[in-house]
Amino acid sequence: MARAFTPKIVTANDLLEGDVIYLTEDDRWSRDLSEAELITDEAHAQVRLLDAERQVSKIVGAYLADAVAGHKGPEPTHFREDFRRTGPSNYAHGKQESSPQPRT
Amino acid sequence: MYRYSEFDTAFLAERNAQFRAQVERRIDGSLTEDEFKPLRLMNGLYLQLHAYMLRVAIPYGTLNSAQMRQLALLAEKWDKGYGHFTTRQNIQYNWPKLNDVPDMLDALAEVGMHAIQTSGNTIRNVTADHFAGAAADEVADPRPYAELLRQWSTDHPEFQFMPRKFKIAITGSENDRAVIKAHDIGLQLVERDGVLGARVIVGGGLGRTPMIGKELSDFVAFDDLLAYLEATVSVWNQIGRRDNKYKARIKITVHEHGIDAIRAKVNERFLQVRPQFKGADMNLLDEIKGHFAAPAFRKASVASFESAYTNDPVFRSWVDTNIAPHKNADHAIVTISIKKHGATPGDATDEQMRVMADLAETFAYDELRISHEQNVILPHVHKSDLPAIHAKLKEHELATANIGLISDIIACPGMDYCALATARSIPVAQEIATRFEDLKLEHDIGHLKIKISGCINACGHHHVGHIGILGLDRAGVENYQITLGGDSTETAAIGDRTGPGFAYDEIVPAVERIVDTYLNQRESAEETFLATYRRVGMAPFKAALYPEAQANAA
Repeated sequence: MARAFTPKIVTANDLLEGDVIYLTEDDRWSRDLSEAELITDEAHAQVRLLDAERQVSKIVGAYLADAVAGHKGPEPTHFREDFRRTGPSNYAHGKQESSPQPRT
Repeated sequence: MYRYSEFDTAFLAERNAQFRAQVERRIDGSLTEDEFKPLRLMNGLYLQLHAYMLRVAIPYGTLNSAQMRQLALLAEKWDKGYGHFTTRQNIQYNWPKLNDVPDMLDALAEVGMHAIQTSGNTIRNVTADHFAGAAADEVADPRPYAELLRQWSTDHPEFQFMPRKFKIAITGSENDRAVIKAHDIGLQLVERDGVLGARVIVGGGLGRTPMIGKELSDFVAFDDLLAYLEATVSVWNQIGRRDNKYKARIKITVHEHGIDAIRAKVNERFLQVRPQFKGADMNLLDEIKGHFAAPAFRKASVASFESAYTNDPVFRSWVDTNIAPHKNADHAIVTISIKKHGATPGDATDEQMRVMADLAETFAYDELRISHEQNVILPHVHKSDLPAIHAKLKEHELATANIGLISDIIACPGMDYCALATARSIPVAQEIATRFEDLKLEHDIGHLKIKISGCINACGHHHVGHIGILGLDRAGVENYQITLGGDSTETAAIGDRTGPGFAYDEIVPAVERIVDTYLNQRESAEETFLATYRRVGMAPFKAALYPEAQANAA
């Protein structure tokens, strides 16, 4: 039996800055995971990934990452995605410079 | 110091202009990422977790003050005010923007530096003993040969699409400070009957299949060495596996075919290749040697040094720990620790880089070195200048007296930056260093090398750490495996796994239990951690790490 589909978000890196970005429901790229579109349907996830991959002059390396619904939008299920949404732990660089980012 | 020829300068200018155009075409959408990625990697530009990363080669770890200042400028102008020195004598910038990279490369070219072949399946930056040209124990300075290898391997048409990357390290000394047995090829300069040549080690490497290199030849004279190396790389290029990237390195080829079969193939190929080398390389080597002539070492009294050593305990501690013997008795080799307790191993700010450049220019014949252990070296310093150097270093948090001690930790960037990492390395290093600083134990513990990698690729050399730590992802949680008894020197050894790994919050206490066990087991303060481990074996350390297992077995 195929594994059950778990909710996903579409994430990538910004072409110019390399910063981690997320595809929103209204087709924007947000730097904030909580604004990402949480996709619960497998077929829709594939369509959204194709939508992202077409934007070659804006983004790099789009993929689907696991996420769960939190009270303020999607949240990561794996520590790698938690680091990606936050920034490095040795300096308050990256996203931590522009806005306080949660670290669980 | 090697100075670029007109050819070098023109070559680099052309490459940089090509890359500038490639970046423009990527940004305007005419190149896809799949098309652009191999081009950017050829120029040292990676995409990491949070940003791009530019890896700049510091050939054989040698820099002059102008180059160090330029590295500081890059950090200040296009990055976040710091750079990260790596275990391959490179510097990495963690935050460049794509459209700034061509300007960064042009700025590097101004001082004869580049990022070519710091990635991809090519011959990478040739690394060398960081004490080269200064060490009291060396046969000859290995850097002229390393420079010849740089010129030979850069853009070598036969070696641009190899099965996998290829790393060469070279040392001029029996005491191996360049980890030559953990490289695809390791070279040790030796002299036989008045002829200078090299012992050639092949098939070493760390990563998921760690191997200690094997001796391919005990002596190849300089006249034949380039042809011999070309034959070696060529044999691997032909028979190395391309079906599986994890089986592609020459260590696997040597392991699968056996060293004797590889030697026979290399010798056969050598006879074909040798006539193509008609002595131009030896003429070039002679010319290069001129660039590396030792400075005119100044003569002066060392009385001021001796007085400071007697009267200033902080200075004395730093000298005892961070100074190595120079081939001239009134000079010294200074290792500047980039491992302040609690700081990120290998990270230097632009200000610190400028301070070190100034010190090199004022006191050290304008030379600096970067070590694979992520520290900076002033290779030639008259002893009378040591007090002034130490005073200046103190002002800039660069005077930590911990070289070779438990807080002098190698750590890869790990999951704080690296896209390949499976766990963090940096915070583990920071916490171990801070913990043992709090305990005030590190000078009592003595010589102990901890090396930490955040994934199985082993950039942090964990297999050859006296204590090695490997960060893994176990079911979505960071988990750290420990190895003991690794050795990166001429007595190279791969460490032994202690057993099951430890959670993030258990790893520092686990290291503490290992160190306590060592302190209890050692015969005297002179018996190092490694010597004690070799004498007593794994059992007492296992007992300390896994008391439950011992209790269950009883």
